[in-house]
Amino acid sequence: MPLTQEAVRAWLQRCAAVLEENRDYLTQLDAAIGDADHGVNMDRGFKAAMARLASLNAPDIGSVFKTVGMTLVATVGGAGGPLYGTFFLQLGVKTANKQELTPHDWAEALEAAINGVIARGQARPGDKTMVDALLPALEAYKAALQEGASFAEALARSAAAAEEGMKATIPMIAKKGRASYLGERSAGHQDPGATSSYLLLQAAAETWADAA
Amino acid sequence: MKKLINDPQNVVPEALEGMAKAHPDLVKVHFEPNFVYRADAPRQGKVAVISGGGSGHEPMHVGFVGYGMLDAACPGAVFTSPTPDQMYEAAKTVHGGAGILLIVKNYAGDVMNFDMAADLLRGEGLQVESVLIADDVAVESSLYSQGRRGTGTTVLAEKILGAAAEQGYDLQRLADLGRRVAENGRCMGMALTSCTVPHVGKPTFELGEEEMEIGIGIHGEPGRYREPLKRADEIVERLMEPILSDLPFRSGDRVICMVNSMGGTPLIELYIVYRKVAQICEERGIQIARNLIGPYITSLEMAGTSITLLRADDEMLSLWDHPVKTPALRWGM
Repeated sequence: MPLTQEAVRAWLQRCAAVLEENRDYLTQLDAAIGDADHGVNMDRGFKAAMARLASLNAPDIGSVFKTVGMTLVATVGGAGGPLYGTFFLQLGVKTANKQELTPHDWAEALEAAINGVIARGQARPGDKTMVDALLPALEAYKAALQEGASFAEALARSAAAAEEGMKATIPMIAKKGRASYLGERSAGHQDPGATSSYLLLQAAAETWADAA
Repeated sequence: MKKLINDPQNVVPEALEGMAKAHPDLVKVHFEPNFVYRADAPRQGKVAVISGGGSGHEPMHVGFVGYGMLDAACPGAVFTSPTPDQMYEAAKTVHGGAGILLIVKNYAGDVMNFDMAADLLRGEGLQVESVLIADDVAVESSLYSQGRRGTGTTVLAEKILGAAAEQGYDLQRLADLGRRVAENGRCMGMALTSCTVPHVGKPTFELGEEEMEIGIGIHGEPGRYREPLKRADEIVERLMEPILSDLPFRSGDRVICMVNSMGGTPLIELYIVYRKVAQICEERGIQIARNLIGPYITSLEMAGTSITLLRADDEMLSLWDHPVKTPALRWGM
């Protein structure tokens, strides 16, 4: 069963709730190797996005994502604003004029979103960034679909790969963002951006386990 | 946390409200999106000089808005880059038809947010150039890292470029001058204490009573090393050596020197720092042609100092002397 706009909105609601629950956790991760604002910024941004969505009569799924992207760009700040803003704006471009998303649509949208993040932030795999959670998640998702897995199963594998990618950032030496100033001292800490990326994909797997 | 605030969430807007009330002759404040701009903007035919960054470094940048310096400044949340809509709206409000120069400090968030704003403005047919400040020698160059942070040279660049824009430099000439200033400025800082971001409520990092961090960043990013506290003269030597050897500064060079307080260090200690800086420069045959001593690029209440040297030519010195009238920097008028 394809995803409706209602299911997409349910995912975004879940993202906002999960980011609120994990606000202090993300900020603590960021305090270790960054500037201690990631959780606070993401929570502020998603709360603002939910407020905007509540009064938005969206003609298609693309408009929902575009609204979230524009709101994040304007409210998150830091590096997270342009990166997550670009992520959702690109989801919006790929889902413009769509009323439903098939498993294949989600693969295309996710790929565009992740490519957008890479273009904006210039990070490569292994740089200890959100890309380290996002890219494995995309690959796992596409591989699962090719193997004939159900939408729900593919989403679950995608979230599991994101979690693994997130944990794999722990020994990495940061090469992008403020954590890179630490050099070798950044090793031994989990990347906050990879962590928030995992939380969003995990929220998708949970929310859409039944819808998909 | 002990701070003179009402609500950690309202620190930035309440400070901006106070600023608007304090300096109505110089600046106006726009809310949502937040930016501070010259009371007499837009100035037709003049390149608009705009900067911005996280709050918590006051007076940079909002205190430098006014005649001879910035046309607008976009303050983000404390220690968080401003967002593209702020720079976009600020530029639309103050530009005078001669283009827009963005002065950007080299942090991942600042660079991405200013780039997005520049894309939006160019999309509307406006001419935009950016000058990137990456002067912090504490960050040892690496092909893979984010590169050097933007610190003290930002203040000097805003003064010099603001004066040049006032004198009628066109956008390209202004951007070229900005890159020359960026290439010739070097800075390094140190911390005696941490600082506490209001909405976080806890110190950004831990530093023992008898310890100091050499090479600290303006958001409390770690420096080159941590060691037991030393006498002021030895601390100044630890900051000056990497600065002098990096450019390198040579005998016969003229410099503009800024000795800056991180926020918590009083002026009396800054003069003790400057005394040693001046001695070292004398020994090396470097002439301090101009100086600026005080809190100009702070990190909330952090105690510590940063030293900035800018190798200056006649053009830069003459622009430095050009009148300026802003809330935090004012001379010649």
